[in-house]
Amino acid sequence: MQTATHVPLDIAQIRADFPVLDQLVNGRPLVYFDNAATTQKPRAVLDALTRYYEHDNANIHRGIHALAERATSAFEASRKAIQSFLGACEAEEIIFTYGTTDAINLVAKTYGRTYLGPGDEILISTMEHHSNIVPWQMLCEERGCVLKVIPINDEGELLLDEYEKLLTERTKIVSVVHVSNALGTINPVKYLIDKAHAVGAVVLIDGAQATTHIEIDVQALDCDFYVFSAHKLFGPTGMGVLYGKRALLETMPPWRGGGEMIKEVTFERTTYNDIPYKFEAGTPNIADVIAVRNALEYVNTLGKDNIAAHEHELLAYATDALQSIDGLRVIGQAKEKVSVISFVLDGIHHEDTGVILDQQGIAVRTGHHCCQPLMRRLGIAGTTRASFSVYNTTDEIDRLVKGLQRVKTMMA
Amino acid sequence: MTINEKQDEIIEEFDLFDDQLDKTQYIIDLGKKLPPLPEHLHVDANLIPGCQSKVWLNSELKADAVHFEADAEPTAQISRGLVSLLIRVLSDQKPDEVANANLYFIDRIGLSNLVTSRRAGGMASMIQRMKSFAKENAL
Repeated sequence: MQTATHVPLDIAQIRADFPVLDQLVNGRPLVYFDNAATTQKPRAVLDALTRYYEHDNANIHRGIHALAERATSAFEASRKAIQSFLGACEAEEIIFTYGTTDAINLVAKTYGRTYLGPGDEILISTMEHHSNIVPWQMLCEERGCVLKVIPINDEGELLLDEYEKLLTERTKIVSVVHVSNALGTINPVKYLIDKAHAVGAVVLIDGAQATTHIEIDVQALDCDFYVFSAHKLFGPTGMGVLYGKRALLETMPPWRGGGEMIKEVTFERTTYNDIPYKFEAGTPNIADVIAVRNALEYVNTLGKDNIAAHEHELLAYATDALQSIDGLRVIGQAKEKVSVISFVLDGIHHEDTGVILDQQGIAVRTGHHCCQPLMRRLGIAGTTRASFSVYNTTDEIDRLVKGLQRVKTMMA
Repeated sequence: MTINEKQDEIIEEFDLFDDQLDKTQYIIDLGKKLPPLPEHLHVDANLIPGCQSKVWLNSELKADAVHFEADAEPTAQISRGLVSLLIRVLSDQKPDEVANANLYFIDRIGLSNLVTSRRAGGMASMIQRMKSFAKENAL
């Protein structure tokens, strides 16, 4: 992902933007390598949350007073910022959800229920997070459709020949992860989208792990839906996005009923609001939506190319350093990867590895990473996963290596 | 030794360590000394639910006492150590004493800090199973 245009970042200064990083865990300085689960939040985002509650808190859209107007304006400004961040054509194509999972469920429960029937096929991949498996299984159960799975090779890359064989006129939805949370693989989504469109399928891209690392342009990709969560992008938890093409969103029925999603309600009949409000019933997560804009501004100020270049450096450094540890096997060796490195240590349970690293102040994730079918395909119960963000350093990777050597000594 | 005497003995042993890592090392070493469970007892009925790693517990009544044997998958060394501590405290005790035991040693030796919540959940399941068996066999 390294490009010629990047400029080196001042990592010490960036670290100072993230107050949570400055602490001792179990008596040692925190090393936070669980960024694929959630990133830490910069001061700008924390301040935005406080400022909103201290100065602007009001319910949005229907208020007539100054605070309601300020809150509404900030809320809608976030929608525009996300539109620009994703390269979407219109702000109305941005639907606020509670997260990636919620956004996928929205599509399954509205588009899926409306347009899929018995025998129709949904295509996902072996490396999907459970969030991109279970909503489709539920739809299959309800509507009698069939779930098909694109296989992968041992490196953790999609088998594109097999993908093409699986695509038929029965394929109605292709829902694939942009970047694998467990392996870091970057999938060739543009290729997948074009092939799916050739058989008339719509495509949902799960961008939960991609948005921090990769420039996203939904118009250039031509995906029908793109979903992500703010909390993996330096933003608050409980806030996600569904991007959908206007033509599709307009034909989809609403999912949840309630306030804001209506045009007119009588006891006999309700008419529904236009997009995006049709899909945003109830008081939304106003503060978190507003603070997302600050997260995006933070990313834009650093520059995605610069972030990607630094993360790429960390990944290369970590891959070399970890592979020098005897008995360590990196799981997921795709040619195109983001800064996620999953591994197993011979004869040592991943959970023991995680516990002993934590005791040394190093936060990693262990287990199946909500990808049980992927773990089964790879023939392992789980991995230890270190995932790097812009504020991480090679010194911290050295700490990880030493930490793992300690794990090995203790288990010997 | 009574259950509480055994707990106090364990607390004393752990008091020798200031550092979490040293406590964990001690637990791992205790796990290594856990006698293996015979292969025919590695059955699903003996599996403890809630553990990330596989842990088996076999419960028997022997000479008016409850007798426990357990095992964890070989790679899960911290689990083996935790299991060995529970066996040491609760095995070969009177059923009613096991059923009513207050296992204060877990907090006192900082075990809750040594284990993740998931593993603690597995341990809680194991304690529950040991106590249920004891209760069923209490006079």
